Amino acid sequence: MCRLFAITSNEPLSPMVALRALDVMKEGHDGSGVGLFMTDLGGDLEQFRGSPILSGVFSQEGIKRLDRYMMELGLLTKFKLSIRPAKEPPEGTPKRDVYLIRVYEYPFEWEGLSEAEIAARLMRIRIDLRRLGEQDGSMMVFSFWPDTIMIKEVGDPLAIAEYLGLDRKSLKARVIMAQGRQNTNYAVTLYACHPFFLQGFATMTNGENTAFGPIRDYLMSRGFPGYAGYQSDSEVFTHILHYTANRLGLGIDAYKHIITPLKDEELTRHPDSAFLRRLKHGCRFLTIDGPNCVIGCLPDKTLFMVHDSKKLRPGVVGGRPGMFAFSSEMCGLDGAIPVREGNCEFQPMKYDLACVDASRMEVRRWSQWEPCTHLH
Amino acid sequence: MGTLHPSALSPRDLPWRVCWDRDRCTLCGQCTAVCPVRAIELGVHRRREVPVLMGLGERPGNVYRVYYGIDQKTDPAHACVGCGMCSFVCPNSAIFPVRSEETDKLKFHANQGGEPRRRGGRRNDTASVLDRIKFVRISMLTDPALDAGRHEFELRTLLGRILPPEEILNSAKEDGWAPPVREIYPLIVGGMSFGALSPNMWEGLQMGVAYLNEELGMPVRISTGEGGCPPRLLRSRFLKYVILQIASGYFGWDEIIHALPEMKEDPCAIEIKYGQGAKPGDGGLLMWHKVNGLIAAIRGVPPGVSLPSPPTHQTKYSIEESVAKMIQSLSMAWGFRVPVYPKISATSTTTAVLNNIARNRYAAALAIDGEDGGTGAAYNVSMNHMGHPIAANVRDAYLNLVKIGKQNEIPLFAGGGAGKNGNLAANAAALIMLGASGVQVGKYLMQAAAGCVGSEGDRCNICNLGRCPKGITSQDPRLYRRLDPEDVAGRLVDVFLSFDAELKKILAPMGRSTSLPIGMSDALGIDDFHAAERLQIRYVV
Repeated sequence: MCRLFAITSNEPLSPMVALRALDVMKEGHDGSGVGLFMTDLGGDLEQFRGSPILSGVFSQEGIKRLDRYMMELGLLTKFKLSIRPAKEPPEGTPKRDVYLIRVYEYPFEWEGLSEAEIAARLMRIRIDLRRLGEQDGSMMVFSFWPDTIMIKEVGDPLAIAEYLGLDRKSLKARVIMAQGRQNTNYAVTLYACHPFFLQGFATMTNGENTAFGPIRDYLMSRGFPGYAGYQSDSEVFTHILHYTANRLGLGIDAYKHIITPLKDEELTRHPDSAFLRRLKHGCRFLTIDGPNCVIGCLPDKTLFMVHDSKKLRPGVVGGRPGMFAFSSEMCGLDGAIPVREGNCEFQPMKYDLACVDASRMEVRRWSQWEPCTHLH
Repeated sequence: MGTLHPSALSPRDLPWRVCWDRDRCTLCGQCTAVCPVRAIELGVHRRREVPVLMGLGERPGNVYRVYYGIDQKTDPAHACVGCGMCSFVCPNSAIFPVRSEETDKLKFHANQGGEPRRRGGRRNDTASVLDRIKFVRISMLTDPALDAGRHEFELRTLLGRILPPEEILNSAKEDGWAPPVREIYPLIVGGMSFGALSPNMWEGLQMGVAYLNEELGMPVRISTGEGGCPPRLLRSRFLKYVILQIASGYFGWDEIIHALPEMKEDPCAIEIKYGQGAKPGDGGLLMWHKVNGLIAAIRGVPPGVSLPSPPTHQTKYSIEESVAKMIQSLSMAWGFRVPVYPKISATSTTTAVLNNIARNRYAAALAIDGEDGGTGAAYNVSMNHMGHPIAANVRDAYLNLVKIGKQNEIPLFAGGGAGKNGNLAANAAALIMLGASGVQVGKYLMQAAAGCVGSEGDRCNICNLGRCPKGITSQDPRLYRRLDPEDVAGRLVDVFLSFDAELKKILAPMGRSTSLPIGMSDALGIDDFHAAERLQIRYVV
């Protein structure tokens, strides 16, 4: 089963913090892959906060295709932090040419465009690049979004970190999500590797979502080009979050109500039963059927954790003001933040949502039984 | 010359031959009394005996003796139907029907007077694609299977038009109207009319449904079929468990409309029957034998006349206009608080109907009845040869909804063939995973809850004559008093409880418990390549 670790800190941290936590939890994953998501960046990339960053894995030919594609659109490279590994890769890790982290400058013509339009264009570019790359395997694109870096690779997390030199000072972030992969597909594809990202929303999950098929079909029939991919059953968690926030304009608490609605008889006892019942009906095809633990990040840099109603996957949140971590195992949390405030520690159960916003002052706990005053 | 004419048949030419054991028979006469088609009668036979004499003193001779026994009639009107009631009542197991080993000749003569064969029952074909579908996605070590006995399950479905989430939020914001939606159990007692069924059978089903709801908390719903609804039920609190059906004969709707002001509860839904799987494109057919005073009163017709409903609603001019109006009018009758949905026969044009229904925001669902649906009365040719199998039809409809993004807006209800060979839960689960939101069932309940002796081997099938030997489809008190409504109710409860347990035994190993796995076709497999291609499920061997 995959291991999950996320950390949010006032001070920018090296991704090594998260990768070492995964290593502590190594009993639970076989080192068949790692995925990293970093936002609220520090280090060299902090100065480019508003500019989109392209993250992916490229061959030399892929880089050439990328350059041609971006030039045509008028997107110019502003800064590069790309990794070109000189050494031989660790055993089991394929040899790649470039792990690209490249900051772009918006074209002049994009000036004055609405945020929504810019978001749509960035997403279309990412999807186009992915499609182009899939033809010959020259490009794998994970994100193209401001203040966001993603790195994914097959192999043991710590060995890959060493191989790629991820402990470099230039690479730091205040919010980091990492997944140590217990691969369940023989043909390892990096697009199946968590975390998944769409327009500022990222999630990673452990467990298996048995309702994946109908959820995928429902999302794909929404007519939104970003709802695609689905090499992993867990990608739908990111897209449901995106749908909840961007299409429905609802908050993270509604996300919890959508993926794990209260049972019919429970709803009769809820103060907002009429609204929640209609929401449940309308989003029936987005109900997940775990067991799953979902850790995610919102565009405002809030980290959160929820479970499906079966609660067969554990998860814990803890830390101290200024630094909190979300971990699928207690030992991961112990490894990353050994000294914590006891009253900040929380293991969400099936009705709960735990989140830490960008102020990083406390773990906010919310239960589905609470009135949802801001839902509507 | 003798009586040899073209339709003269010997017992061997009949589909069922009655075997009678003279040694065991007590000549009590119960079998001849109980036979619903009078296929057997008391016979007086003469037998010649030739005694073998030991000596030569006496001349050989013979004696004639008379004995009494059972005669099987061979004229088509009295051919044995194989119901087996004779062996049911025989105290000595001296008599029983046996199926003819070769294709019977009766089928060439069951059209005396130029009248084609009519019958009740089913298609008489044991083939079932649903039975061949397997559930191949088993949660193993990557995702532990659930405990069907102890885990919490929510096996509910929705009946009603469900707005897209965006519109739900707008409607909530503006406090606007939203279509009524019922949270119900995914197995529905399909439309079997008061008239087709005996009063005892109908009462038993209603009692069972009420018990399931009120004592066991299972929101099971029952459709009335086209025959109206008894006035007391219309005015009772149990009406909320009932789906009132309106069909082309509008039988009973005068009574229903007049009861509107006195209804304590809204009905669960209104089902507009445009077609049924057993006799697609043909109307209801209640033969005059069954239209007694009670039936006539509930249906609002004179007693003793046959009630053939037209094949289509006479007001139906076009689906865009008249059907929409009918749905809207019925919605309006209950103040837009009751879901109204059409029921059609499965047909190659189902998706065309569905696309029109999808654009009508008052249409609450679409019920599709496959060729294996049963009936109280139909022409043999309609039952055997007309219609579309349900599996591919419901799949096409669901995939069509997925294509237009409305798979959650219009629930599909599938009927016709679920449980035809006894595998009700597996068939229903397969239909749900192919895309149905729920399943309608009738024949299985007749067999399981009331002991119908019909089978897919053309056994009995005389529901149309009103002589049902079990009293299920008869309006003759001498027959239907054989059926105790309390027993029917008890068996109905048994059926639903066991169905529920079996459904959980299917869903739990697949890791599903939070919601009904509608459209979860990735879990299905079949050992027929072409069927797999057609249904877009996994081909497994």
